[in-house]
Amino acid sequence: MNDEPLIALRDVCRQFQVGDETVHALDHVSLDIHAGDYISVMGPSGSGKSTLLNMLGLLDQTNAGSYCFAGRELTTLPEEQRAQVRRDNIGFIFQSFHLIPRLTAAENVELPLVLTGMPASERKIKVRQALTGLGLADRADHRPAQLSGGQQQRVAIARATIMHAPLLLADEPTGNLDSHSSTEVIRILEDLNTQGITLVVVTHDTEIGKRARRRIRMVDGRVVGDDG
Amino acid sequence: MKPQDTLHFSYQALRAYPGRTALILLAMCIGVAAIILLTSLGEGARLYVIGQFQGLGSNLLIVLPGRSETTGGAPPMLGTTPRDLTLDDALALQRSPAIKDVAPIILGAAPVAYESREREVTIMGSTPALLSARQLDLALGQSLPDTNPRVATAVCLLGETVWKELFGNRPALGAWVRIGESRFRVIGVLAGKGQSLGSDMSDMVVIPVASARNLFNAPSLFRIIVTASSQGQLPQAEQDIEQIIRQRHDGENDITIIAQDSLIGTFDNILGALTWALGGIAAISLIVAGILIMNVMLVAVSQRKAEIGLLKALGAPTSQVLRLFLTEATLLASAGGALGLVLGLSGVLVLNQAVPDFSAQPPLWALIASVLITFFTGLLFGSIPARQAARLDPVAALSGR
Ligand SMILES: Nc1ncnc2c1ncn2[C@@H]1O[C@H](COP(=O)(O)OP(=O)(O)OP(=O)(O)O)[C@@H](O)[C@H]1O
Ligand SMILES: [Mg+2]
Repeated sequence: MNDEPLIALRDVCRQFQVGDETVHALDHVSLDIHAGDYISVMGPSGSGKSTLLNMLGLLDQTNAGSYCFAGRELTTLPEEQRAQVRRDNIGFIFQSFHLIPRLTAAENVELPLVLTGMPASERKIKVRQALTGLGLADRADHRPAQLSGGQQQRVAIARATIMHAPLLLADEPTGNLDSHSSTEVIRILEDLNTQGITLVVVTHDTEIGKRARRRIRMVDGRVVGDDG
Repeated sequence: MKPQDTLHFSYQALRAYPGRTALILLAMCIGVAAIILLTSLGEGARLYVIGQFQGLGSNLLIVLPGRSETTGGAPPMLGTTPRDLTLDDALALQRSPAIKDVAPIILGAAPVAYESREREVTIMGSTPALLSARQLDLALGQSLPDTNPRVATAVCLLGETVWKELFGNRPALGAWVRIGESRFRVIGVLAGKGQSLGSDMSDMVVIPVASARNLFNAPSLFRIIVTASSQGQLPQAEQDIEQIIRQRHDGENDITIIAQDSLIGTFDNILGALTWALGGIAAISLIVAGILIMNVMLVAVSQRKAEIGLLKALGAPTSQVLRLFLTEATLLASAGGALGLVLGLSGVLVLNQAVPDFSAQPPLWALIASVLITFFTGLLFGSIPARQAARLDPVAALSGR
């Protein structure tokens, strides 16, 4: 393994104020994630898995501790620059897919490229390649509502990988899928990992969790198990 | 993100919500159409009035006896009874090279009769210069004789209405009519000029000034109408009139000169301001439309939180999200404005078809202003929702909170 981690969390805390109570969603979490890792994050509901993933994905900000991405200290980076780091380095996959309903599959996949200002002709080629790679070539002009859950999640994967980001974060990617689609989606993610992408999957499904090379277990905002 | 992509994305978003899009388009459309229609009416009124003034003849100066203190300030001096204007005063004005026509005017009313028909009509005593000064044309016959104006001649010109009332369709030229106690021979009929501010020239009889003096037993003039030899000569003509009359009135400055230009100017200003006011009132409806835009956009932002969160997760910077929603609002406003422009201009067209005498037309500034206002309404009222969208926390937005 590389000596320099892709992401290094040190004593990261994240609290939420709910009424009088302070919820410690992340409680002094320290974690190194290396390029090419395949990590699953498991734990009971409310244990802070999603919060951790959002933290890794620079969507959330720490209350304490430090965050390093590829050796860069990003803990206090302003939002404009966080957005840029996200755009170029991080792909997200969500339980509810988060496809934009009015856009076709191709347009949804194209969105990250549009945000970078890439010319349309170049975008079209990349999008077609990505959709074809995921077996969705004939669904390019369908809207999300016209696709099955598994197909929607594959569109979302195409979107998350179109920028060739080195890191893929998936929050319960199979949570809304039947077992057949789930296996399909996990296979795709694992293929991507084989090709070198760093994969972090939050899941409730122990079968899926066990497949990861490294398994992290969280309880009450703490990492209580980390093996592999 | 390229501008055309931003535009396309916003356009797709607008199409995805046809109901709210149509509502805002309608509101904007009505606002802009109202501005255009109301200012067109105001401008039409202004042009109408100016047209009426110009019907009086151009380069016109009106000389009235007595000094009116238009400058305010001190009350009129005691003991200065103004002298009357006389025919000799008028004739003396012809000395000035800056002056083209001098038409002395005596005005009165008398019954005019032909055979059994009789009619009370305004009688205007003047000289042939009246016709050129007031740009009157003859429909029939000839003008007043160009002889010594101090000599009374028993001839008259009939206005068109008078002619029709008294003669019906019978020929009038050469006929004798009775005006008051005297008999006058009809030598011409004025071409219908219609109403032109103040006097209806078609309901009038024109006789030589000396005849009018005898008829009404009035030695003094009602006023003198003067035309300058050119527009540029107007100030010189005004100066000459003052000087000549002062000489004749023992150094007393006891006349008032009204330049038609300044009258037009005054009305022009008043009606111009009216048009602005109408435009302003209509602009309020645009503000209402703007508030509607803001409201609907706010709803849109809360409906589309997940989408905003996603854009941020995909790496859209705050400024980009702001731009997307601003573009949406501006697109809405501009499209509504364009529709309003079409609707307003068609309205003006229909109005002009329906009322041929009155020509409403949108002033250029109102067209430009309504386009600009729509654009800025979109920007201004879109900016609050857009800023709200841009400021959303991505995690909360993604979970729809
Ligand atoms: N915005 C928030 N405001 C208040 N509390 C929050 C907020 N986000 C998360 N929490 C709390 O932080 C804790 C961790 O939440 P998180 O969503 O990370 O849990 P999770 O492990 O992903 O749970 P699940 O398996 O149900 O998705 C929970 O107790 C949650 O109630
Ligand atoms: Mg969760």
